[in-house]
Amino acid sequence: MDFPVFHLDVFGNRGLIAVIAVLHVLINHGLAVGMMPLVACMEWYGHRKQDPRWDRLAYRILFVSFLVTTTVGALTGVGIWLSVSLVNPYSIGSLIRVFFWAWFVEWLVFITEVCLILAYTLTWKSWREGAAKRRHIQLGFALGLFSWITMAIIVSILGFMMDPGNWLSENTLLAGFSNPVYLPQLAFRTPLAAAMAGIITLFLIPFFVGRDDPLRNEATRAVGIWTLLFAPFVVAGGYWYFSVVPAAMKDNLAVSTLTLQFSGWLDDFLWIVLATVVAILVIVQIAIKRPGLLPRVATVVPFVAILWLTGHFERVREFIRKPYIIGQYMYANGLRVEDYALLQRDGVLAYATYSNPLTEAEKKFVRADLPEAERIAMLARLQKGKDVFMDTCSRCHTTHGVNGVAGHLQRMFGDARWTPDLTADYVANMHNAQPYMPPFPGNKDELGFLATYLEQLQGNRTPVPGAQQAGIAIRPEGESKLAADEAPMQGARK
Amino acid sequence: MNQIPVPRDIPLPMPAPEPLLVVVLVFFFLLHIAFVNFMVGGALISVWYELKGLKERRYDRLAYEVASTITANKSIAVVLGVGPLLAINTLYTVYFYTANALTGTFWISIIPLVVVAFLLTYAHKYLWHAMEGQKGLHIAIGMASCLIFLFIPLIFLTNVNLMLFPEKWGTVQGFFSALLLPNVLPRYAHFLLACPAMTGLLMVWLFRRRSEASLAGTGWRRDELVRTSYRWALWPTVGQFVVGPVALLTLPTLQGTPATLMGIFGLAILVSIWMTMLMFVETRRPAARIGGSFVSICGLMVVVVGLMGAGRHVYREAAVAPHRELVRAKTEDYMRRVDEANRAAGAASRAVRP
Repeated sequence: MDFPVFHLDVFGNRGLIAVIAVLHVLINHGLAVGMMPLVACMEWYGHRKQDPRWDRLAYRILFVSFLVTTTVGALTGVGIWLSVSLVNPYSIGSLIRVFFWAWFVEWLVFITEVCLILAYTLTWKSWREGAAKRRHIQLGFALGLFSWITMAIIVSILGFMMDPGNWLSENTLLAGFSNPVYLPQLAFRTPLAAAMAGIITLFLIPFFVGRDDPLRNEATRAVGIWTLLFAPFVVAGGYWYFSVVPAAMKDNLAVSTLTLQFSGWLDDFLWIVLATVVAILVIVQIAIKRPGLLPRVATVVPFVAILWLTGHFERVREFIRKPYIIGQYMYANGLRVEDYALLQRDGVLAYATYSNPLTEAEKKFVRADLPEAERIAMLARLQKGKDVFMDTCSRCHTTHGVNGVAGHLQRMFGDARWTPDLTADYVANMHNAQPYMPPFPGNKDELGFLATYLEQLQGNRTPVPGAQQAGIAIRPEGESKLAADEAPMQGARK
Repeated sequence: MNQIPVPRDIPLPMPAPEPLLVVVLVFFFLLHIAFVNFMVGGALISVWYELKGLKERRYDRLAYEVASTITANKSIAVVLGVGPLLAINTLYTVYFYTANALTGTFWISIIPLVVVAFLLTYAHKYLWHAMEGQKGLHIAIGMASCLIFLFIPLIFLTNVNLMLFPEKWGTVQGFFSALLLPNVLPRYAHFLLACPAMTGLLMVWLFRRRSEASLAGTGWRRDELVRTSYRWALWPTVGQFVVGPVALLTLPTLQGTPATLMGIFGLAILVSIWMTMLMFVETRRPAARIGGSFVSICGLMVVVVGLMGAGRHVYREAAVAPHRELVRAKTEDYMRRVDEANRAAGAASRAVRP
């Protein structure tokens, strides 16, 4: 990477994006894309039946959605940008160059959506009668449409990251936008959002309608029907979506779903997922057939289940495209596939602008009783090892924290000394054993530097600060050029 | 002397002509910042009046009127900020992302901070009447949102200031050291004064067409409200004549700072003087005529803000232009080497093929 390396060595960089992005998706799908048409339908139904109780219920649900979407929802959307720009600036920078106009249009739609939700919420109590009420209902449906359009644009970018399709050869926005994963993913997310909104509403109804009010059963039944209506489309869309996931990525399914450590439990996990889906459907079925028998606590089950399933789906979607962050174009470490020939020849450090200064804890690895020249050489080697680690591993891995390399090495090599020979050999070939790992991007010397750095991790559990805490050092221009110019000659001599 | 880093850029072409991106950046940023001013200024003024309302009831009603505007303004402020964010990501990729990374903890903390501030703002507005009996707690909620609102712009300013000075990138260690770079605090003071000033104008707009009948029972006359609102606009604007030049003079000097920059800021000062005089005249007008110059004042404010935005952009470009040329050259050099390495690798693999 040619940016200062932001790094969270305990929580993990991916964890930062995951928390923000998953929260955003849950709110966007459940409370905006799916919820706005449902609220508009409730308002329309109440108006048609001239039943103000439906109107009150619809408003209360809207108000909750309004509070959450205009705070956590809107800000986590911006937060995805901010967090990705910290963790992997190369990927978001590249995506913006490709999808600028898509994002620009999405922004205009987003402005419209925000104006509509403000208008829809704030005029609810004043546009009550006759033509004004009809206009208000139309406003609700328009809001639903604009919420969906924002999702429909962003889903294209998500699909692109999995499989850029013809963009790799044509390099046009249209080619990128119409990637093979786009429509299937949209076909999955659209009914998912609607069903999710139904389940969230089932959970909310008892908060707003008393047990003795007949509306509670009516609304529960109606919203149950809404939810069940979309369920088959979720399954069909999901099947279509899975069918277009590139075959190589499907091989990552077990690790994507359960992490490497628990990947052997995939079958059991899928049974749990199936049981959860069945539980949701049973409860929704009860909501339709016997709403009076549905205890309030039972609505918590589908509510928690759908949030968990959707959140976990996002984790799988994010991981399954490994080793790439943009399919076939950029690896998860932020380096382009095209860069590898150069970097594996000349070394990653030859083209790195920044260096990540060693901490005192890291320096302790170098014995103080070594002759000064030897000590300086060893510190320089360790420094290069750290820079290789930060530039090529740290986007996904911490040292000892979440997805820490030390943990992986411990599992593989136990308490035996993590000698450079042992770890360098593994790192050089890891992508063959673990297809979700990118090949090591540096040259042979850098493999040795990295192995030295990994060796010191065995006895040093102190978290490594990122550029946001420790700042950065600037690699001397001459050093970079020297490395770049000499490396091919070294290769020739060998 | 600090070593100046020259990183390489993302090797993909710009998605739109540069002038268009500049227009998106500058125009929509000014719109965004106007609504941020309304939001922060509204929060501050609302809490101030609520405190005064503890002694004189009519101020509490005025505080509620102002608080009612904040939630809509904050939603518009957020949404209008997205476009400029997109443009700055595109135009200043290397600079913006570098500054983000170097202040990363605080940069990302903007998200939870804004969420909490917004939730507090909603609580402050929607629980106003329900918490009549717990006024102290209610004011504390308003104050908490104000404190957060006051802190967030400091993070943004630190970031956009740091991005302009690559020679400082190797010297900063986290947010606080970047905060202490020259010009951040004067610019912050400049921003702070703009908040009540802009909100004062918003309040004039809110109240100047109100009928006396609609104000019956509030304890306020229309002209009183308009005059009070103008005072919020006037006195912070007068303060800007001190803070503004300080912010300008503490800008690091650039080699060959363009004369146009001084011309733009000079013109902004002249227009500001005219605008301030009109505001002053308005505050002295009799009840029947007060508010008569509002459109002119707003027009002049648009001109001043536009000139400020243009001046900032001219300075930003002057600050990064020479460095950007180095980045461009380095990126091209890198891409040439990538091509050469791929050709060599292709030739080698063909050579070993049986």
